[in-house]
Amino acid sequence: MMYTRSSFTAATDNQTSQESVTLSNRRDFLKLMTGVGTGLTIAVNIPPVLAQGSDSGRNRLENTGKDGSFAPNAFIRISSDDKVILVMKHLEMGQGTFTGLSTLIAEELDADWNQIQPEGAPADTARYKNLHWGAQGTGGSSAIANSFEQMRIAGATAKTMLVAAAAIKWQVPAAEISVKKGVVSHDQKGYSARFGELAELAAQQPIPETDSIQLKDPKDFVLIGRSLPRKDRGKTNGSAIYTQDVKMEGLLTTLVAHPPRFGGRLRSFDDSKARTVKGVVNVVKIPSGVAVLAKDFWSAKQGRDLLVLDWDESQAIKQDSKALMDQFKRLAEEPGISARSDGDINASLANAATLIEASYEFPYLAHSAMEPMNCVARVNEQGCEIWNGEQVQSMDQGAVANALGIAPEQVKINMLYAGGSFGRRANPQSDYVLEAAYIAKAVTGTPIKLVWTREDDTRGGYYRPMNFHKIRAGLDDSGNLIAWDQRIVGQSIAKGTAFEAFMVKDGVDATSVEGAYNLPYQIPNFHVDLHTVDLQVPIQWWRSVGHSHTAFSTEVFIDRLARASAQDPVDFRLKLLKQHPRHRGVLELVAKKANWGTPLPKGWGRGVAVHKSFNTYVAQVAEVSLQADGNFKVERVVCAVDCGIAINPDIIRAQMEGGIGFGLSPALMSEITLDESGQVKQSNFHDYQVLRITQMPEIEVHIVASAEPPTGVGEPGTPPIAPAVANALTDLTGQHFNKLPLKLS
Amino acid sequence: MPVTIKVNGVDHPIDATPDTPLLWVIRDHIQMTGTKFGCGMSLCGSCTVHLDGQPIRSCVTPLSAAAGKSITTIEGVNSPAAKAIQQAWTELEVAQCGYCQSGQIMSATALLEQNTDPTDEEINTAMAGNICRCATYVRIRKAIKQAATQLT
Repeated sequence: MMYTRSSFTAATDNQTSQESVTLSNRRDFLKLMTGVGTGLTIAVNIPPVLAQGSDSGRNRLENTGKDGSFAPNAFIRISSDDKVILVMKHLEMGQGTFTGLSTLIAEELDADWNQIQPEGAPADTARYKNLHWGAQGTGGSSAIANSFEQMRIAGATAKTMLVAAAAIKWQVPAAEISVKKGVVSHDQKGYSARFGELAELAAQQPIPETDSIQLKDPKDFVLIGRSLPRKDRGKTNGSAIYTQDVKMEGLLTTLVAHPPRFGGRLRSFDDSKARTVKGVVNVVKIPSGVAVLAKDFWSAKQGRDLLVLDWDESQAIKQDSKALMDQFKRLAEEPGISARSDGDINASLANAATLIEASYEFPYLAHSAMEPMNCVARVNEQGCEIWNGEQVQSMDQGAVANALGIAPEQVKINMLYAGGSFGRRANPQSDYVLEAAYIAKAVTGTPIKLVWTREDDTRGGYYRPMNFHKIRAGLDDSGNLIAWDQRIVGQSIAKGTAFEAFMVKDGVDATSVEGAYNLPYQIPNFHVDLHTVDLQVPIQWWRSVGHSHTAFSTEVFIDRLARASAQDPVDFRLKLLKQHPRHRGVLELVAKKANWGTPLPKGWGRGVAVHKSFNTYVAQVAEVSLQADGNFKVERVVCAVDCGIAINPDIIRAQMEGGIGFGLSPALMSEITLDESGQVKQSNFHDYQVLRITQMPEIEVHIVASAEPPTGVGEPGTPPIAPAVANALTDLTGQHFNKLPLKLS
Repeated sequence: MPVTIKVNGVDHPIDATPDTPLLWVIRDHIQMTGTKFGCGMSLCGSCTVHLDGQPIRSCVTPLSAAAGKSITTIEGVNSPAAKAIQQAWTELEVAQCGYCQSGQIMSATALLEQNTDPTDEEINTAMAGNICRCATYVRIRKAIKQAATQLT
């Protein structure tokens, strides 16, 4: 979703200095995000590694639970019955972070994997902030990257205290004590104890200074690097609890009637019929529409269907997608704001022996997580309590506090499993969370569950922005790429949000051009510029953000250049990636594993793409075949990924498989479009089509062995698949593809 | 007039209009939340339950059509095929976000209860109505095949 610090890759990637915005001023970020003062800004003054400092008096009190449990820091609680509860600061939405974060702590704690039980952290920016953001939240494939050291130090700290406790109990030197699989032992004297037996005594030990903590040499890792079983259980027997599943005494289900077009507002409404539905309890007006509250979903839905609504659409969008795209195309005729400029682009294009030009169109895309947006909230005299697949606590906490006129500390947030998000639950306007808070406020004292239907979710906006790209490139008479001029037209995700201050620089939203302006290929004359369009259609990050379109235009175009100069697409790229060993690494690996260059069955084509996003390098080779009915099928995808140290190889593979599947939907069938009246045409999975099992290729994932610090895998699998498939189709048919979803002519 | 439906072997008197979808009867009236709401139009399969052993989409099945019949949900499914499916799902770590997996497992179980040795084509056909946005499809196929080996 957002930008992560890129220092990890500095050693191997000389373009890192240009690698996008960093969160240089976290204090401002947090203030902007929350819109509030002192309470939360204290957070940024706390040392970054562990939320608790070295105030041993305070810690001594907090270390001990009433039941003799041991809580050495904000992330670990060991109870006398030997359970190790680990507090997860990041949202589990399927990406495996509960397992990854637990692995990091358990590794240094030397816990038994079976005794580990993760639980979601409350909203508490001071303790649980994302160290790359300075605010509490999950996104940008940053969970493991920002926690790699922090979680290991947390585990090592606890282990040190357990060992100190054992040393006192057994009257032996701490140095003679070892810890393995949740058992503390003194081998010579034959003593051993499980963590739970030492918990109470460990809680009385001084907390070691962070500087004194020695982390393991990677060669001694026993858990990191293994495909440990996942910790987010309950997903095969219906017992896992999502927001949709929250039960509470007196809980009312609420559905909201929203304006039919973006930019519309409620003028008036008549709820007399809605209130006659048995089960409907109340109808309230909120800023985003009209909420019907009922004892159950079906009553609420029937009540909503009976609302008579009058919308003021004077400010609503009234254009269709084609008109919007035409507007984008006209803008692309004029220079935009420069995002990067190397050399002399105009002279080099003028002097090129071969000039090639192409344009690319991308539609809006809905996230369409399987769990439509929803949120449980209760407002009472203490404040507001929220139950949600909560992705950005600091932001939602601040937004709700502002909306309700209470202090952020009065907004308690419980983080539940999210039934997917793909960015949607990290809404920069806190849209659906605020909606729940307003409704809960209107019926103070009564808990409410806001439920969006699939139609609400599909038509609710906050889409991956529509985009138009135009690229011109020049080759010299030896086929060398000497000039690349790319123009991007689209809406800005960050503009007008709390993120603008550090994501938009000199008029360029980094999320609009990421993956394009920092193209790794060595090109002496290089220029990327941007037109930012303001439209009423709300937009947002969608798995891989700007990379979801820039990887397509750049990787399809580079393939086109290779073909135009009669060079092999892999060789052509490798030649331009001399200074980027990790790009080369995944590209060479995928070419080898996919048997690049070997013959395919008749009627098959093969294409490649390589793209770095969120500091993770991914290359994919797609194989496609022509079907008897004239359509094509993606048969097989081979994927190579370099994400630094592989914490859990099986989860990395799962994220590559899932990221490819997610990216295949827009490649093959998904698009959100507006009709001539400005209304979203699609409403549910019959017209907003997404990938089904019948369209899923076989996938083979290869992980590059690496000692680099780990980077994320939630998003980087998505960008390369659409261009790899398009390039395979070009290989098969000779047709060039300028639009998603891909269609054979 | 309350009607009675049998869910996982237990009779439940339900006070709801006959057109109330079975999904909401199960979730809101009986308070069993393993069966999920995904689309409300029989398009995604998240709400799949068994009605007299057949997989159905509970989001479009009215209460009236379920009265007097035997309903099995993810919480109650326990045939040999179901156990093999759930075990394979765990061993292969199929689930990511997990939200659709109750429905996937109910569809996969119904398949193996009727066909213990499905081909790839038969798996695809049986599972085509179940969407997974995490795209766990590769592992779903593998897990069904692995579960099938436990049943033959």
